[in-house]
Amino acid sequence: MNPTDYVILAAILFTIGTVGVLIRRNAIVVFMCVELMLNAANLAFVAFARQSGTLDGQAIAFFVMVVAACEVVVGLAIIVTVFRSRRSASLDDANLLRN
Amino acid sequence: MSLVALATPIVAPTIEYARIAPVLIVLGAALLGVLIEAFVSRPLRRGAQLFVTFIALAVAFWAVVRLHGTSTLAVQGAVAIDGPTLFLQGSVLLLSLVAALLMAEREVDPAGDAFAARASALPGSNEEREFTAMGWTQTEVWPLFLFSVGGMLLFPAANDLLTMFVALEVLSLPLYLLAGMARRRRLLSQEAALKYFVLGAFSSAFFLFGAALLYGFAGTVQFGGIASALSSRAGQTGLVLGGTGLIAVGLLFKVGAAPFHQWTPDVYQGSPTPITAFMAAGTKVAAFGALLRVFYVALGGIRWDWRPMMWTIAILTMVVGVVMALTQQDIKRMLAYSSVAHAGFLLTGVIAVSQRGLGGSMFYLLTYGFTVIGAFAVVSLVRDSAGEATHLSQWAGLGKRSPLLAGIFTVFLLAMAGIPLTSGFAGKFAIFASAVASGDGPLVVVAVLASAAAAFFYIRVIVLMFFSEPAQDGPVVVVPSAFTTIALAVCVAVTVVLGVMPQPVLNLVDQASVFVR
Repeated sequence: MNPTDYVILAAILFTIGTVGVLIRRNAIVVFMCVELMLNAANLAFVAFARQSGTLDGQAIAFFVMVVAACEVVVGLAIIVTVFRSRRSASLDDANLLRN
Repeated sequence: MSLVALATPIVAPTIEYARIAPVLIVLGAALLGVLIEAFVSRPLRRGAQLFVTFIALAVAFWAVVRLHGTSTLAVQGAVAIDGPTLFLQGSVLLLSLVAALLMAEREVDPAGDAFAARASALPGSNEEREFTAMGWTQTEVWPLFLFSVGGMLLFPAANDLLTMFVALEVLSLPLYLLAGMARRRRLLSQEAALKYFVLGAFSSAFFLFGAALLYGFAGTVQFGGIASALSSRAGQTGLVLGGTGLIAVGLLFKVGAAPFHQWTPDVYQGSPTPITAFMAAGTKVAAFGALLRVFYVALGGIRWDWRPMMWTIAILTMVVGVVMALTQQDIKRMLAYSSVAHAGFLLTGVIAVSQRGLGGSMFYLLTYGFTVIGAFAVVSLVRDSAGEATHLSQWAGLGKRSPLLAGIFTVFLLAMAGIPLTSGFAGKFAIFASAVASGDGPLVVVAVLASAAAAFFYIRVIVLMFFSEPAQDGPVVVVPSAFTTIALAVCVAVTVVLGVMPQPVLNLVDQASVFVR
């Protein structure tokens, strides 16, 4: 139960999320990768809270969950709207805005 | 060890409601707006929403003025009410009032205001045509706008990383939606919303992980605690530098600094123009306020570690903004890249880490906000049958068609270029002087060269408007209602007055530029 291990796990999850956002092309999958990054941050907060013996990190995790839920609502609304207009959720197809 | 922490009784926090009144008024009005959507009949909604919005912004501004001279922490140290907070909150509220005037305009488009009759109707469908014919408007834009303003008020005031993260999201989430609600060119608008959302969520995840690392180092997320941990303990530089870098990514994304600026041109081009004006001005003020507070108050002690990074980013931002703006053919994209360049100029104030740097940045933010809102207000008035005529070639000879509007636009372009007797010159002078005083001479040389190069593309537009022949089937300049007229008049007045006699505001900024710690 060494908190440092959890911090390392959080860093790995964060990296997986980042790489996922950069290489995946489906908006839903990209969005899930962002959620993974937020949850990695949550895990880091909780692990650091354990390490430092303060409760702040655990309280912050709750706030982050609420914010992430709001982000899901807004994000899915936008992705569904775009999907309905274009019949595609691929970020590569979203290329009308160019020089 | 955590059992000890769990055993301590939970003490109810004290909340100084009067000190955070501006934020509470605006967020309360936003909730009222949601209730109006639910309970007021459709024909009355627009009037009710306009009433609530303008009253709330004006009352919140009055509350900010009432608080002047306050310099204290509030809400258990989560929020700092000090000079920079109050000045930036006042700026955000004034800029929001002007942007709200643009949003209320519905004379320039024969179909109604700038927003889709119904954002959920498919673009080009019969349903959409029906809603448009019935004269519906998406009045939900008003509560969304107020939520975003509330976030902008909290963002520069936040004194811990959690409050700052929540404010960042409250500011951003409504803007993602507003970006996708344009009445014309809806596919572009929805695409702008998608890009803004994906990149915005990505960057806020970076901010949050950076906050976690700094919490891991300091054991607290309050800026004062982080600063004292930095000064008392050396070591664990991995956590500190990693946290600093990741937080910087999140905030630099919001201000649109290179290499995190890619969303700016697309979102500025695709969004409804009043919303573009609002976010170009408001987000920049709020995000630079937050950036200044984090890097001055929490991370000021390790400035020798982050200044090289900021130097690089500032230079890159100025160069990318200017070079890309030179190549644009669309007026909104050109203004977007110009805002990237301005973010670079503003970063020189962050790098200065001095009271003058802070004051110069605050003054620059106020002047740039009014100028950019005015510029986008002009863009919304030059139209053809398909909506706004944003291609630069369509602006040829505008000065012959409408000398007044072209003259007004010239004032804004000269201010952005930083020509003397406009507010842009006073702002640039204040911020560059502070950077020189802090020993950043080489950076200022780059910034001045970049401004000189930037003047080229602003003046190119002026030449295009006044010295080329108008096309036969060119766009027309629409006569707006009182809303846009007042907004334009205010923006021109501020741009000229702050250029001719900036001293009163500079004095105000001087007194206000001390962070409470």
